[in-house]
Amino acid sequence: MKGIITVLGKDQVGIIAKVCTFLAEENINILDISQTIVSGYFNMMMVVDITDSSHKFTEHSESLKKLGKDIGVDIRLQREDIFNSMHRI
Amino acid sequence: MISRYEVVETNKMIQEANLDVRTITMGISLLDCVDSDSKKLNDKIYDKITKNSQNLVKVGQDISKELGVPIVNKRISVTPISLIGGNVTDFVKIAETLDKAASEVGVNFIGGYSALVQKGFTKADKNLLRSIPEALSKTERVCSSVNVGSTRNGINMDAVKQMGELIKEMAFLTKDNNSMACAKFVVFCNAVEDNPFMAGAFHGVGEADMVINVGVSGPGVVKRALETVRGADFETLCETVKRTAFKITRVGQLVAQEASKRLGVPFGIIDLSLAPTPAVGDSIAEIFNEMGLEQAGAPGTTAALAILNDNVKKGGVMASSYVGGLSGAFIPVSEDHGMIEAAQCGALSLEKLEAMTCVCSVGLDMIAVAGDVSAETISGIIADEMAIGMVNNKTTAVRIIPVIGKEVGDRVEFGGLLGYAPIMPVNRYGCDAFIKRGGRIPAPIHSFKN
Repeated sequence: MKGIITVLGKDQVGIIAKVCTFLAEENINILDISQTIVSGYFNMMMVVDITDSSHKFTEHSESLKKLGKDIGVDIRLQREDIFNSMHRI
Repeated sequence: MISRYEVVETNKMIQEANLDVRTITMGISLLDCVDSDSKKLNDKIYDKITKNSQNLVKVGQDISKELGVPIVNKRISVTPISLIGGNVTDFVKIAETLDKAASEVGVNFIGGYSALVQKGFTKADKNLLRSIPEALSKTERVCSSVNVGSTRNGINMDAVKQMGELIKEMAFLTKDNNSMACAKFVVFCNAVEDNPFMAGAFHGVGEADMVINVGVSGPGVVKRALETVRGADFETLCETVKRTAFKITRVGQLVAQEASKRLGVPFGIIDLSLAPTPAVGDSIAEIFNEMGLEQAGAPGTTAALAILNDNVKKGGVMASSYVGGLSGAFIPVSEDHGMIEAAQCGALSLEKLEAMTCVCSVGLDMIAVAGDVSAETISGIIADEMAIGMVNNKTTAVRIIPVIGKEVGDRVEFGGLLGYAPIMPVNRYGCDAFIKRGGRIPAPIHSFKN
């Protein structure tokens, strides 16, 4: 199953490192990353594949939310389906 | 591959414009629970509801977490209870059973304490109707509706007369709680069998044993989209509403399919309704403002609502395989801060609301009036609204709350999604002799389509 991770917040050292470490530990594969910084605000989108992970999707979204809170940024994991449904016919 | 722009657009709709799925409603047929023994009947109803809907709330929460979109309500609708009660005389007991079952599975409302009496009453209909005030005052989650008219059958004016009396009675029974029972009761013309929204949801007799219906929402999203085309012509305005409705509905369709798959219950319909909440940025009236009206109720409001209603349908129909329910724009007063403001400053009157119901998806909704408004006047308001539905071949409804102890100028708090409302003035000229005539208004000429 594919998911989209979005990270939004004030830029600081180590955001990508912390998110990627979490993903590696959970055996979640990163398929695509794009990232920009606009006026000091960090904005990242990742496409990930969680098929081989042993935890449930909802558990990952909870954990990432918590990780975001710890770092001080907003992290969301959502199933790709919502974006496909809305933007692709 | 999905672009970052698309991801941001979707998430902005959710985070900033209050995009949500308003309800997943599980329709459950109770026809197989019929029993002449009251205890057995109640046991069967309780078992069937709790057994089949025990995972509803959990599934709704899981889908919401995975997709990152709020699913605000999980609800249940059942077969109109007047069809299930038969010879049982203690209908209030059934309402209590429904309430208990709803509480057990964790849904906030259960609809279907209902009767369809557009052409006449059965004995069970009569028993159920008489029990509604007590049932709604004794229960917390049960919602009730009565269909008193249809384009095919005309209007049962005996029922209309009784509705005024019942509404007054339930207002009185719950007078210590702002006459709250009336907020859980709706009178319909042309009621639909697959409506997922409360208080009017029930599971029609033509439906499968169980079904999942989903109600989408998102007035805030439409308002935001219209901000980008401020001052543009009507073609652009309509196109923008259509595109937005399409996107909103696609989310509803996805949620409905997922819920249906996980619960093992067939997908019924998506109800494409723009349902406001009292939150700022989640209002139909704000859409009117954005379209160019100073306040909801200003001249032009009916036209604005017609545009909105029609284009929500046009955009949404393409986005879902099955569209049904009420579908369109709701215009409840107490649940929309912009409508409340318009009513408070005198821009929006009951008469203007009535005109607006000719082109909205339902009818006079969540309107608070003074507690001393007579039963006959309430019946008169209902009769007018039913006539609009009957003649225009559309669903109309009345959910009116005569708040005991309150007068025009006062304000009443219902709390939660039901919001708060100013007491609206009502035309006090009498209609008693008209309502007392009794009998039935025959079906209109254009009902003879065969």
